[in-house]
Amino acid sequence: MVVVEVSHVNKSFADMKAVDDLSFLVSEGEIFGLIGPNGAGKTTTIRMMMDIIKPDSGEVTILGERLNEATKNKIGYLPEERGLYKKLRVSDAIAYLASLKGMDRQSSAEKADELLAQTGMLENKGKKVEEMSRGMAQIIQFITTIIHDPQLVVLDEPFSGLDPVNTELIRDMFLDLRNEGKAVILSTHQMNQVEELCDRILMVNHGRAVLYGDLKEIKSRYQSDSVILDYKGELGEVPGTIERHTHKNYVELVLDGKTTPKEVLAYLASRDIIINRFEIASPPLNEIFLREVGGYRE
Amino acid sequence: MNKTLLIFKHEFLLTIKRVGFIILTLILPVLALIGIGVGHLVSDIAEPTVVEEIKIGYVDMATGFEQFTDQGKIKLISFSTTEEANEALIRKDIDEYFIIPQDYTSTGVINRYTLEKQPEPPLGVPTAIKNFLTNNILADKVPQSTIYVIQSSLNLITTRLTETGDVAPEQGGYGNVLIPAVFSFLLVFSIMFTSGYILSGLVDEKENRLIEVLLSSISTRQLITGKILGLGAAGLIQVAVWLASLPLLLNLASSTFGGFFTTIQIPPNFIILGLIYFILGYLFFAVVSAGVGAISTNNREGNQLITTLLMPMFIPFWFGSLLFIFPDSPIWVVLSIFPITAPSTTMLRLGVSDVPVWQLVVSILVLGLSVAGVLWVVIKVFRVYLLMYGKRPGLGEIIRNLRSS
Repeated sequence: MVVVEVSHVNKSFADMKAVDDLSFLVSEGEIFGLIGPNGAGKTTTIRMMMDIIKPDSGEVTILGERLNEATKNKIGYLPEERGLYKKLRVSDAIAYLASLKGMDRQSSAEKADELLAQTGMLENKGKKVEEMSRGMAQIIQFITTIIHDPQLVVLDEPFSGLDPVNTELIRDMFLDLRNEGKAVILSTHQMNQVEELCDRILMVNHGRAVLYGDLKEIKSRYQSDSVILDYKGELGEVPGTIERHTHKNYVELVLDGKTTPKEVLAYLASRDIIINRFEIASPPLNEIFLREVGGYRE
Repeated sequence: MNKTLLIFKHEFLLTIKRVGFIILTLILPVLALIGIGVGHLVSDIAEPTVVEEIKIGYVDMATGFEQFTDQGKIKLISFSTTEEANEALIRKDIDEYFIIPQDYTSTGVINRYTLEKQPEPPLGVPTAIKNFLTNNILADKVPQSTIYVIQSSLNLITTRLTETGDVAPEQGGYGNVLIPAVFSFLLVFSIMFTSGYILSGLVDEKENRLIEVLLSSISTRQLITGKILGLGAAGLIQVAVWLASLPLLLNLASSTFGGFFTTIQIPPNFIILGLIYFILGYLFFAVVSAGVGAISTNNREGNQLITTLLMPMFIPFWFGSLLFIFPDSPIWVVLSIFPITAPSTTMLRLGVSDVPVWQLVVSILVLGLSVAGVLWVVIKVFRVYLLMYGKRPGLGEIIRNLRSS
């Protein structure tokens, strides 16, 4: 089922076109990566999806309808730079934001306890938000984003500022959301996280879609004419290859354009070597990103 | 629960738990109680000094001042010569002495001598000397009751009549001014503080991006309405506490001090008009604060802007003395109608002079319409600027945006 449908959306601020004829779909049970350099229009797109700002033209539908109070209750949103009511106790801050998503006090308290326990934060529920460390506050914010069991979860840079332990914790909760059939939109600069978590991606630059579709399919489009080989033994000259790049744990063999990877594999199998890994080389997403957005650097 | 109601409840509870709010709410009754308490204490301490007997010597050069030497706690002792009186003073047999010159009855001059450095004669001494002198001059010439009237100060009781000749329900005098003046001042502070909470709350939510989370759950209208009503209800409680404590404090003050305090009156309709002006004045500044919060990038910037806008509320206090001298000047009518100065000016004017009904109606109407007008503008620009975290927009840019939206 399609959870988000963005159709030919445009948005300008003064003389600047922030989003330019953008269209994409997000379905249930998938993690969708929204990536692009700073100022590419990601946050504006998310804000239009959240009905925080209105598009100049085009249409956004969430769960088949334009955003209204009922559909807002089915969305969880974690903006990039975030905060909480510092003077409130953790439990009260969670309860207030959960109540705005239509939860009653009792069910939000029960669910908050469950999520706080899951994240090892239960003992902090009576403390004031201002007493929390940045990482702890971020986990509380993540809890407020998902406490009401939303159908769509939108997370803008959810891992920034988290230590490796908490990153792992949030990533696991992320995957749980996907397994529960939720649609998750992940906007981030961390390409390794996108590669690891996302099923499909939309790469935007200057407000326009640059790449859109299944991550594996996109990566296959960028496959280079080379193979990765991890082996033991004496390799010698490999017919059909023109270059060899030696890395720490593997070598990359660049093909001559006439020979197929299958033919190379057949040749290697005939040699007296142990093949631990053989795969067609594809560039990391980071490289694709740099290639598509014109040398953009973080 | 309705989401506007949720915002209302959250903002209301958050505000009434603030230390600043609690202090401001209780400051009027507490300060007044302290004032009355201190008054009690001072009068209790002051009384025993009167109990001590004061001996005042005198040298009667005019002759005929022999009687009435016992003036309550003050005893008058006659000396034949100035030297004798002087020696008695140095020996501290007497506290002071005075000389009645031969020509006293024509000049009225009395020379007083004392060892103390005093800004003025101690309490009761001039009255005792005056009563001693007048009693001696008038004794056997006029009845005692006439002497009493002469000795008393003028007791002028003014009664204001209506045009039909009946006693007016609202009497004049400074007693009438005190309550409206104090209330007007506190009203301005209450409006300032509560609308200030709106500003700081919005700017905080904007700075920490909570505003985005809120707007992904509720609409702009729900957010503004909930905030304004929640904080307004808290402000209303504050004003209600002040208004409710006024009659009680007044009774306590008049029974303790008497005098001026017994003349203090609360003008009729004052409580109702006070509530109307608080509600409308608060709504006006709350909506303005929401707008300022939307366009400000941080609290300091927002506070500077809102202070500039709130400053005119104090105009009637700056020129308060002119209001007493020229209560009918057209400038007061203008200030009563101009929405920013209307609440403070009208409240103050109610105590000083009559405010014609038409002026009250126009003032309330203009204030009400201004609330609606400013709300319209604020809702228009709110969404656009609430999410702009960079530079604060200029007035020209806001007007351009308003036209294009």
